[in-house]
Amino acid sequence: MGLVLDQVEIRHGNTVIVAVDQKIAPGEVLTVMGPSGAGKSTLLNYVIGRLSNDFSASGAVVLDGIDITRLSTEQRRIGILFQDDLLFPHMSVAQNLSFGLRPEGGRADRSKKIESALAEIGLVGFGDRDPTTLSGGQKVRVAMMRMLLSEPRALLLDEPFSKLDMALRDQMRALVFGMARQRSLPVLMVSHDMADAVAAGGQILNLRG
Amino acid sequence: MSLIPNFRLFPTITIGLLIVPVLAGLVWTALPAFGHLPAAGFNGPNLQIFTDLLGWSGFWPSVKLTITTGVLATLLSTLIAMLILSAGAQSGGFQALRRFLSPLLSVPHAAAAFGLAFLIGPSGWIVRLFSPWATGWDRPPDVAIIQDPLGLAMVLGLVIKETPFLFLMGLAALGQTDADRSMAVARALGYGETSGWFKVVFPQVYRQIRLPILAVLAYSLSVVDVALILGPNTPPTLSVLILRWAGDPALDGRLMAAAAAMVQFLIVVLAIGFWRLVEVVGGLLLSRSFAAGRRQPRGRWVSDIGLSVGAILTALVLFGLLILGVWSVAGFWGFPNILPDQTSLKTWARLGPAIVETFADTAVLAAITVGLALVLVVGCLQAEVGQNRRPGAGAMVFLYLPLLVPQTAFLLGLQTMMIQLGFHSGLLPVIIAHLVFVVPYVFVSLSDPFRAWDPRLGVIGAALGHGPVAVLLRLRLPMLLRPILTAAAVGFAVSVGQYLPTLLIGGGRIATLTTEAVALSGGGDRKAIAVWALMQTLAALLPFLAAIVVPAWVWRHRKGV
Repeated sequence: MGLVLDQVEIRHGNTVIVAVDQKIAPGEVLTVMGPSGAGKSTLLNYVIGRLSNDFSASGAVVLDGIDITRLSTEQRRIGILFQDDLLFPHMSVAQNLSFGLRPEGGRADRSKKIESALAEIGLVGFGDRDPTTLSGGQKVRVAMMRMLLSEPRALLLDEPFSKLDMALRDQMRALVFGMARQRSLPVLMVSHDMADAVAAGGQILNLRG
Repeated sequence: MSLIPNFRLFPTITIGLLIVPVLAGLVWTALPAFGHLPAAGFNGPNLQIFTDLLGWSGFWPSVKLTITTGVLATLLSTLIAMLILSAGAQSGGFQALRRFLSPLLSVPHAAAAFGLAFLIGPSGWIVRLFSPWATGWDRPPDVAIIQDPLGLAMVLGLVIKETPFLFLMGLAALGQTDADRSMAVARALGYGETSGWFKVVFPQVYRQIRLPILAVLAYSLSVVDVALILGPNTPPTLSVLILRWAGDPALDGRLMAAAAAMVQFLIVVLAIGFWRLVEVVGGLLLSRSFAAGRRQPRGRWVSDIGLSVGAILTALVLFGLLILGVWSVAGFWGFPNILPDQTSLKTWARLGPAIVETFADTAVLAAITVGLALVLVVGCLQAEVGQNRRPGAGAMVFLYLPLLVPQTAFLLGLQTMMIQLGFHSGLLPVIIAHLVFVVPYVFVSLSDPFRAWDPRLGVIGAALGHGPVAVLLRLRLPMLLRPILTAAAVGFAVSVGQYLPTLLIGGGRIATLTTEAVALSGGGDRKAIAVWALMQTLAALLPFLAAIVVPAWVWRHRKGV
């Protein structure tokens, strides 16, 4: 179980950009650190199935015992959060959540799930709101919940807290890591911030530039 | 079998759709030009028709007129557009012009030309304004102000339309350069605003507007509607001759038209070569000026002249539309009165039913064409997604090819081919002919906003379990509603403005607002011309209005879009 990066090696031409051989157990966080240009986002793109044609890669990504290396992004069941909330601006809060919710279930059933999801992140009654009217913390919570509703089996975090102000950061760290632990999701986080790694409390992988 | 469209096919299909009619048209123009039209008993190849054409007394004057008007219009439009750009986005005049020039772009060529004719013609507003107190004229003077033998009115008619086009293309190119910081560096080195702009920013901009400039050159050398309205008659430009001969019921006329169309093709090829020479010489002069290092700190007035000329061109179009409005409600209007002696809605009432019907036909034709163009263009742009690759310079030339080959040269052949192969002229061929001109403009208009969409939104969509089609239809396209509608409006205006494709490929059976308006140009019914030209303008402008209003209304509760 968990997320395994099995002898992953990503090359640009003949140059090896990233070489990783790691296992992330359910509920644990692997923090990848390193200067810009060290290949952090290249690694994320590879894990999510978006590696650009300019790169070549060997090795495998294994999720819960299944080799997902050749699957498309939408088939991988890996959730991702970026430093921006990236809520879809043309959808209401509830529509954003239901875009994430897996397609099973009837109308009534789905809207009940959305209601309880809103309740879980403390946003009861916010369903019809325009995402732009939410506070920074509320947006992160909606983005997080939208991803969780798609029932991912692993979680990628791309500098997820770097744009939040200090006061909010601790709160959001606690929330995101708490929810991941609660659902037993292996987490791969890319960050510049040592405090992120400390809060995550897992292994740290340093990529050289 | 997958139901998911394979987007990688779209570029091939689209380029094929643009290239096949152009190339087939050229071949079928060339065959009869060289005396080969077996269906009519002509078996070539031979040079008999070219010998006839070259021996005809009006030929060389017509060639000369074609070249001088086309090249002059392109040089002036490019120069004025660049001077306006060099004035810099900070200047107030620039911002005002920018606001006016964009909608002017959608005014059809024919309507702008009619407006100009009514403004500067012998009984136009300008002459009326100065008569009789300054000119002594109590009748419209017998002077060829429009349709002048040198074709200057025609050049002006082209410049008022092509300058806004090149200005806006240059503005878009400017957005992709580091113009502001480049200018700051140049100013800090002591260069004047205009001098600094031409030495530092212009070379970056020019590279990106080369193809649009060449399109303007090809267009100006082969334009038909503007030449019919504002150009001279003795002789007319080559394109008008071609159209006249093509309409000749005798076969000899068609052969002459084909030969003249080949000459026109050659003229455009040579003109593009000549332009290349201008670029090389210009580039040399520019690099010498780099070496000389002269700052010209007080050269700002050059840009200001550009702004003033831009304002005059804008005023000519706007007052042209205004006088079309006045003529459309004029009753008796004696010379030299500034306003009609009587006003009446008689012209509108008389033409109303015919106009409503033609308006509907024009709109349906444009809507189908634009719908198809959007599908093709979105498909092509979607094919780039995840490929990390964009069409190279070669593909862009293909995209611009229909705009670089003179219309007369391939449309005439396309018509001949259709007749020979027994295709019936009708709506479908006209749609394809319009598509050839609409697709490039829709692509140019939509590609930047489409590519600028944050790819992380697509990653999120996919990570949430949605495939590429769902991401396209449910995320990308709705968020791009406004640029999509703007591109549609551009395409709509292009389709509405098409004269030659509608006339030739429609075989005279498809009537649009443009063909009806231009058909009146030979006669003297100013009131009817005014009504048709106004409706033509309206048909081109309404979609732009919709492109502003509809997204604002649809996303009125979504501030983030």
